[in-house]
Amino acid sequence: MTATPLLEVRGINKSFGPVQVLRDVDFAIYPGEVTALVGDNGAGKSTLVKCIGGIHPIDSGEYHFEGTPVSVHSPRDASGLGVEIVYQDLALCDNLDIVQNMFLGRERRNGLVLDEVTMEQLATETLAGLSVRTVKSVRQLVASLSGGQRQTVAIAKAVLWNSKVVILDEPTAALGVAQTAQVLELVRRLADTGHAVVLISHNMNDVFAVSDRIAALYLGRMAAQVKASDVTYAQIVELITAGRSGDLGLTPAVADITNGAQS
Amino acid sequence: MTRPSVADIEPVGPAGQRGRLARLARTNVVWTLGVLVGLAAVFAALRPEAFAGPFNIRTIFINAAIPVVLAVGMTFVIITGGIDLSVGSVLVFSGVVAAKVMAANGAADADWTVIALGSVAGVAAGTGWGLVNGLLVTKGRIPPLIATLGTLGMALGLAQVATDGSDLGAPRRLTDVVGNHLIARQLPVLALVAAAVAVVFGWLLAATRFGRHTYAVGSNPEAARRVGIRVDRHLIRVYALSGLLAGVAGVLNLAKFSSTTIASHTEDNLSAIAGAVLGGTSLFGGSGTIAGTVVGVLIPVVVNDGLIILGVQQFWLFVAVGAVLVVAVFFDQLRRRLRDRD
Repeated sequence: MTATPLLEVRGINKSFGPVQVLRDVDFAIYPGEVTALVGDNGAGKSTLVKCIGGIHPIDSGEYHFEGTPVSVHSPRDASGLGVEIVYQDLALCDNLDIVQNMFLGRERRNGLVLDEVTMEQLATETLAGLSVRTVKSVRQLVASLSGGQRQTVAIAKAVLWNSKVVILDEPTAALGVAQTAQVLELVRRLADTGHAVVLISHNMNDVFAVSDRIAALYLGRMAAQVKASDVTYAQIVELITAGRSGDLGLTPAVADITNGAQS
Repeated sequence: MTRPSVADIEPVGPAGQRGRLARLARTNVVWTLGVLVGLAAVFAALRPEAFAGPFNIRTIFINAAIPVVLAVGMTFVIITGGIDLSVGSVLVFSGVVAAKVMAANGAADADWTVIALGSVAGVAAGTGWGLVNGLLVTKGRIPPLIATLGTLGMALGLAQVATDGSDLGAPRRLTDVVGNHLIARQLPVLALVAAAVAVVFGWLLAATRFGRHTYAVGSNPEAARRVGIRVDRHLIRVYALSGLLAGVAGVLNLAKFSSTTIASHTEDNLSAIAGAVLGGTSLFGGSGTIAGTVVGVLIPVVVNDGLIILGVQQFWLFVAVGAVLVVAVFFDQLRRRLRDRD
């Protein structure tokens, strides 16, 4: 496994008014790996991801990218670094086709005219590079795609921009069994092509199916970040629900304080 | 892991071109064009010499010219998910501004410099109303229906205040050369101007970033925002474009009728909306084409013309246009359902 993380945050704090959502959170993401980010509802998963994506400015803490400290104040800063987030709602335009969606806002042009041929070619190559075989034509309207195909297009759109970090928010939440398998395969392939992938999920089967590392948040604290091969299903569930499991996770004192502070 | 496979992805190049043709065949334009040709064929069969003669065909294109210009702007607005009810009033207002400028500098005998100046003033006035619409909708967060209903009233009222309710005429040169002139005794200038507008703005919608963003804003504003499209600014530009074309229509109207009365423009917004919708523009935003709109505008014009030639009582016209609208929308829905299934 790679020694230096591609992206690392240390001691991150984030409050919304009187509510402290993230407390001293450390989180590291490695190239070529899938890092699962798990935690109960309200544990701070989305907030952490939005801090990394520049949507929420952090109150305090450090943000390192490729070993150097950087400051990320806006989504533009994050995408400048090569950090792309695929949100749960995907945000695709139903009335546009796959190519048009993938290039939306960053269209290639020939003078004033859109360069459809180049865009179609690049979109096709990107999908082929991810071994996507479920899409009939890149000129299909997104409206006619299944949930899994839409997820695929959203992921391919993120990959198109030479992104280094791809963060996926619950990509399988609304999918059936076969489509979930396809998307997980795609997630794995993203990591195999050198991306640092973060997978937010509630589904332990998905997490263990594709992850190299698992990070568990518990009430705004990072309970543990461990290699997936070193832990069991039951241990992760304990980390999610109690913040600790055996000698893993928060010390009993910290777990209690955290609990007290929140309730 | 499996190796990359592109077997099922449509290749670019010649095959991609073929795919584009196939897509064209599935678009509304072909269906609506079929309806138009069918209607024309019926009228031509019933009254071949009167309907299919060059004079009548020219009349149809002249009658369609101004509605086409308005409907092109309307198409952009409807694709963004909005509506512009003010086009008829803005047309009248722009005509008044243009006529005032021309009247102040020579009236009926005004020369071309004055006519150009007046035309620019009229188009600028229309664009101004469009900007007002855009700002009300985006910055004021007023629903387009209400914002443009408000400007409909204001533009019309101000036009009448400016003229004291009386009718203004146009310089002779404008009516002779733009309004009623036939190039080579065959091609009406009005129709050529409208065709040029349709081609230029059709290109803008289909082939440029501006057009692509227009579809995106109407399809999913949140998605557009996330990829960095400035949605508000884009909407303001689209409403300004609709105002600009209403201004152009105002000048053309002045040239054609040498008049600034509201009389025949109270239903301009309806005919522009009907034209766009008949042409396949979705009232929910995100889809539509200028080619479709042109065909959609021609349908009621042809029906109107045909019924007059057949000597059918005028009131039947509204029945016929209503029925055509409903039937066209019915087939469009049917076609959409079939498309979404594959």
